[in-house]
Amino acid sequence: MQSHLAAKRSGASITQRRLLACLAALAALALLLPSARAQVPGQYAPADIAFGSQIFATQCTPCHGANGDSVAGVNFRAGQFRVPVTSDFDLRTIITTGVAGTAMPPFVFDTAELTEIIAYLRNMSTFDARGVTMGDAGRGQELFEGKGDCASCHRVNGKGPRVAPDLSDVGSTRTADLLERTLLDPTAAMLPMNRSVRAVTRDGKVITGRRLNEDTYTVELIDEHENLVSLEKSSLREYTVSKTSPMPSYKDTLSEKERADVLAYLFSLKGSK
Amino acid sequence: MSGRWHRAFLPLLLSLMPCSLLAQVTSDRLLHSSGEPQSWLTYSGDYSSHRYSALQQISPANVKDLELKWVFQAQSLEKFESTPLVADGVMYATQAPDDVVALDPKTGRAFWVYHYAPSADAKPCCGRVNRGVAILGDTLFMATIDAHLIAIDAKNGHPVWNVKVADAAAGYAMTLAPLVIKDKVLVGVAGGEYGIRGFIAAYEAKTGTQAWKFYTIPGPGEPGHETWNGDSWTHGGASVWVTGSYDPELNLTYWGIGNPGPDFNNAQREGDNLYSDSIVALDPDTGALKWHFQFTPNDPHDYDAVQVPVLIDTNWSGTPRKLLLSANRNGFFYVLDRSTGKFLLGKPFAKVNWASGLDEETGRPILTPQPPGTPTFPGVQGATNFYSPSYSPRTGLFYLSTWQDYANIFEGGPPIEYREGQRFGGGIVNSPFPNAPGVSRRGPVNVYTDAAGRGALIAIDPHTGKKKWSFDMFDVDTSGILTTASDVLFTGGREGYFQAFDANSGALLWKVNLGGDMNSGPMSYLADGKQYVLIAAGNSLFAFALRK
Repeated sequence: MQSHLAAKRSGASITQRRLLACLAALAALALLLPSARAQVPGQYAPADIAFGSQIFATQCTPCHGANGDSVAGVNFRAGQFRVPVTSDFDLRTIITTGVAGTAMPPFVFDTAELTEIIAYLRNMSTFDARGVTMGDAGRGQELFEGKGDCASCHRVNGKGPRVAPDLSDVGSTRTADLLERTLLDPTAAMLPMNRSVRAVTRDGKVITGRRLNEDTYTVELIDEHENLVSLEKSSLREYTVSKTSPMPSYKDTLSEKERADVLAYLFSLKGSK
Repeated sequence: MSGRWHRAFLPLLLSLMPCSLLAQVTSDRLLHSSGEPQSWLTYSGDYSSHRYSALQQISPANVKDLELKWVFQAQSLEKFESTPLVADGVMYATQAPDDVVALDPKTGRAFWVYHYAPSADAKPCCGRVNRGVAILGDTLFMATIDAHLIAIDAKNGHPVWNVKVADAAAGYAMTLAPLVIKDKVLVGVAGGEYGIRGFIAAYEAKTGTQAWKFYTIPGPGEPGHETWNGDSWTHGGASVWVTGSYDPELNLTYWGIGNPGPDFNNAQREGDNLYSDSIVALDPDTGALKWHFQFTPNDPHDYDAVQVPVLIDTNWSGTPRKLLLSANRNGFFYVLDRSTGKFLLGKPFAKVNWASGLDEETGRPILTPQPPGTPTFPGVQGATNFYSPSYSPRTGLFYLSTWQDYANIFEGGPPIEYREGQRFGGGIVNSPFPNAPGVSRRGPVNVYTDAAGRGALIAIDPHTGKKKWSFDMFDVDTSGILTTASDVLFTGGREGYFQAFDANSGALLWKVNLGGDMNSGPMSYLADGKQYVLIAAGNSLFAFALRK
């Protein structure tokens, strides 16, 4: 069942609304942290802004008002704050720690929610309240495990292989827009650290896998047999990092509705607290 | 105890006592500190700030035989940017935020700990950092994060005097190691992100009485005041947060000055904004300004010029000349005549696109502002930063840690209102790369990779400004550097490796993984005839010496 964000503004909690509203899609989900996206001016993801508006409506309007200008000296749409804000990090700090000596309390949000609130605060003046279509999480799980063949690489809640990133908490660490983009263009959305690597040792042994960590002298990876492998670069005859994600794009293999369902499922994955 | 016993045994007792109970670190010893390589008497090792040790026990041939001798685990999980001093058999280190610890340099065991609880008003921009102490006589001097200067008895760790240098509630802080010159203790104030008006001040070592104060932003009627519009000078930053250098022959002390504020709204402070992003040469007796050189006029990128000024005497175009070397956060390496401040040479040492070059006569940057939304190289943390460079008089090379191919997208934004004690950055700094490196410490997993920039240890020939060699690192590099008379270069990095290189060729000689990022410079000393090298990594000090 599809629904629009505008229809979700009343009623259940943020998480519940998300679960009900979740769109569609899947991802290669290279550990891209959502804050990274929101750090590019003028490029805050529409889906993040939309979700942020939902959170704002319930959490912030009691004091700041629907237009964000009810507190003296603060006008979010105009980018005016009582506490000077240089970066998104400053906003994040204010939201999570509060402002001493004022009525602004510390809030507890997960990473994705924080990114979405900030995206909304940065874009209130231009936010067009566009509807973001959400899919059905149950159908999304079926697609994830079936037609999408996502479960053949990704692990969720202890089930599935570890070759690709574990998605058990992807709904807390990724924003809807990022998940959506990953489904459409996994290479572009992949965090460089998660790239596939190929190493050839001096004695000719070939090792391939997903990079987990790297420094000047070593590289750590999980190989195709799910072994954790640490290699000394000085012992390698060849070492290459692929900039192409092994995850396929679902632009053509899943319909828009199906991607919305998968996205809804992914967004429901909050991990264990 | 009889007088006769005293007369008989006192000389013997004294001969058996550690020299630390007898010696005094006089100003004369500070002047000639390079002549006693068993010690490390100032933040940068000597007044010229070479961070160079004349010790030679550890050589390229035997450096692989280094072994860990001891570890001191700080009782703090905050950033460890301190360089310890070693004087007369005792090491004096600081642990964040403002504790001083006296250690046995052979074992790492503590003699005493002085704990100072800074005011909750302290609001440092980038962590409660302390870079170390200074020493004169048997007194240590510590600058605190709440902008106090404290004199401490080096024998027992008891405070001798404590003076308030500036108002922490207004955003002032101190993170540097003080510099003792003659009978005075020189400090500078941090707070460039809080709209302070920066200054350097000297205090009488004996009493804590302020001897002079030099504002790094000229006041009304002073030369340079015209480089600020309106009242922007009153909260224009120009902080001082890394220790300066001193030339006793010229009797000039050199200090790098921080960025103007608000950091990114340069339109709000029209003009060159002197003496932000400059080197100033001051008379250490009076604080009088002898000359200045500005690296980045009207800076919109937070390119502090606080990098340690390195002083060398060499032939320049066939004539002996007293030079000042500075690799600046803005990406250019500079050579100045330190008698006059005249610009002699400037070359980029990293990718730079905010300027196409420097005017050959004046050294003023030829600006090439980048279009909105596009990356500016180097990014906000600069192509280098507070990481101490080193100069080896043997190789004649200048060594520094750099960030290569690193950028940010700067957005000035509308003017912001100054409010005392609140951040005064203005604008927005964003990254063109996912999760780019910043000022914060990073965990054990590198999540951004070299896509967002990489580190490089580089050696520069000061006569040409060209790289002699470079050692690329995967992660960005925040460590200081030590060189020795045996042509070994020691440095660390964010990846946790403590490394030794051939100072001539850049060849890696030895490395060990200490497991914590390194944000301070290594130093070396002698204890019981054995050369040690020491570095802070993570939250601990690690001391190494040869196995035999």
